[in-house]
Amino acid sequence: MNATVRDAAIVSFDNVSKWYGEYRALENISIDIPKGQVVVVCGPSGSGKSTLIRTVNGLEPIQEGRIILDGTDVHARKTDLNQLRQKVGFVFQHFNLFPHMSVLDNVTFAPIKIQKKPKDEARDFARKLLDRVGLAEKADTFPGFLSGGQQQRVAIARALALRPPVILFDEPTSALDPEMVGEVLLVMKSLASEGMTMVCVTHEMGFAREVGDRIVFMDQGKVILDDTPDQFFSKSDHPRVQRFLADIRREA
Amino acid sequence: MDLLTADQFQQLLWGMRTTIILFAVSWVMAFALALVLVVVRATEYRLCRWFVDGFVAYHRNVPLLVQVMFWYFGMPELLPENVRFWLYDHNAEFSFAAIALALGSSAYVAEDIRSGLRAIPNTQFEAASSLGCSYLQSMRYIVVPQALRISLPPLVSRALLLFKNTSIAMAIGVAELTYRTREIENMTFKTFTVFGIATVLYLIGTFTLMAFGSWLENRTRLDRKAAAK
Amino acid sequence: MIEILQDYGLNFLVGQYPHGPLGGLAMTLIVAALGIVLSFPIAIIFALARISPYRSLRWLSKGVVNFVRGIPLLMLIFWCYFVIPIVTGYSVSGFTTLVVALVIYEAAYLSEIIRSGIEALPKGQTEASQALGGSYALTVRSVILPQALFNVLPGMTSQFISTIKETSLGYVIAVNELTFSANQVNNMLLTQPLQVFTILAATYFLVCFVLTRTLSTIETRIRRNRGMA
Repeated sequence: MNATVRDAAIVSFDNVSKWYGEYRALENISIDIPKGQVVVVCGPSGSGKSTLIRTVNGLEPIQEGRIILDGTDVHARKTDLNQLRQKVGFVFQHFNLFPHMSVLDNVTFAPIKIQKKPKDEARDFARKLLDRVGLAEKADTFPGFLSGGQQQRVAIARALALRPPVILFDEPTSALDPEMVGEVLLVMKSLASEGMTMVCVTHEMGFAREVGDRIVFMDQGKVILDDTPDQFFSKSDHPRVQRFLADIRREA
Repeated sequence: MDLLTADQFQQLLWGMRTTIILFAVSWVMAFALALVLVVVRATEYRLCRWFVDGFVAYHRNVPLLVQVMFWYFGMPELLPENVRFWLYDHNAEFSFAAIALALGSSAYVAEDIRSGLRAIPNTQFEAASSLGCSYLQSMRYIVVPQALRISLPPLVSRALLLFKNTSIAMAIGVAELTYRTREIENMTFKTFTVFGIATVLYLIGTFTLMAFGSWLENRTRLDRKAAAK
Repeated sequence: MIEILQDYGLNFLVGQYPHGPLGGLAMTLIVAALGIVLSFPIAIIFALARISPYRSLRWLSKGVVNFVRGIPLLMLIFWCYFVIPIVTGYSVSGFTTLVVALVIYEAAYLSEIIRSGIEALPKGQTEASQALGGSYALTVRSVILPQALFNVLPGMTSQFISTIKETSLGYVIAVNELTFSANQVNNMLLTQPLQVFTILAATYFLVCFVLTRTLSTIETRIRRNRGMA
């Protein structure tokens, strides 16, 4: 075992496999993600990239291997998943804000109700976060009155409210109208520049090239390629990667 | 138009009182029972689901009057004699009417609550879990508050129907408003006056319920809340 | 119970007929069918009035519908029972009274269901028809109503089932329908109320349950044929 790599990694996949019945969704995945890295996971639809990211906070169970998050085995029986999930932020494709709560209440919900933090402290911090994503003035609005881009920025603030060391993004911009993609990417870039550890499933190749430390390319449940963006874009001659990039370009 | 004597009017008001109590008692029982039905229906056991589905189907497809008669005329046969006599001495009509009304409504209330819960997408549950919510916390803070909002309008009209259906209890001799109305009409033949007053009393009841319902709906409406803040 | 069915099964089905008046299930179905068929056109008129451009029509429709929905059906039945003879000067049979009361009551509820169907239709449908030069009447008849009525089929189905169940209230004004016949049988037997009322409940259950299933199967089939499933 390479002890030094293990220590530095905040998320590590150790030979992880997952089946849906007969269908193998993830196949022998082994990845280490060190603190502070921005990892972009991409691949054609059905390649297992969303499944991969959902196993990190236990939304999807796995059948084989281990996932260690900040020193804890996510899928071990004795692990308190709810405790663990406070250490990892998750941003959904469809935002999944709570429509019956104001924007501010969405952000303070977990700190106040789950972590039992003092209300004033939670609200102050939430307002700072909203200010950071550029939505301070929307604190008292309800999610139903926000655009998709605004909702996703609130969702990011909600994830940050728990001060997690890692944050996971599951296709955060693919449900958005094109003109709103930029505002969300901007928030994500600023997070990256502050040294946040991020795992992003996304098709935004510009984002990957600009802020990604590493690109993991998946196909049919397997990691095909795991390299720096420079290597990925310039030198990759893998046929499936070529086809994927061509498809992306055609859409754009 | 013939006026009622104070005593006759008083009698009608007593009837209204019984109507309101019968409604309140059976509504509370119906709601509690409905919650149990929803939980039992949500279990994995096929037998539990069949039982609840059967219960709901029976109460939806048999007239309330027949359900009331079944309880009042049929059920006592299954009871031991001393219990039966005790019941007949202690306002059995009211008890059986309340039971039948509660059971009948609970089937509908359970369906209303269940469809409210089903309308909340699973992703809401996932989002709550991702923030570290336990199952109970997710239900309490995220799923149930939203589901109740959706269920509110059908629940209000269900309460309205129950209020009106208490009149069926007259068929087994519960001295509620419709029963008293018939009684006074029989004695005095002041048909229009008696039925007029009774109708107004019922309308006051139903309109109060309707107003309360829309007040509740307004209070829990999200955009209204946003504007108030 | 089988003995009761052998001896009195016909009473449940047709009452005293052919030695006396028709009753039992046959009468229940006749009253229900009349109630449904006659209330339907009235419900459409009320629904159209409710969305018409004339304020007085809208208010009239709303007032009548809310009044009827605000009082118990039993009250309405008594109103018809006592008022129709006074207004018309003829004594009217319980059968007619029950049908009239049911038609008024069901029309009020049905009109609300139909109105919700009309209001749920996208505005583009009206505009498309008008853009083709369709008149108001043509638009309503050929574009709005066929879609709206089809979309609210589930609501109408359960209202029809309600009508069947509500005919049981004819019992209180001695209309010779199923519940009344069952009570006659019960009075003849005197000692077996549980069995008699079980048969009564089972009869209603069978009719309503089978009808609900049949109607929803038909609806699903139409939906599939139109590529809407």
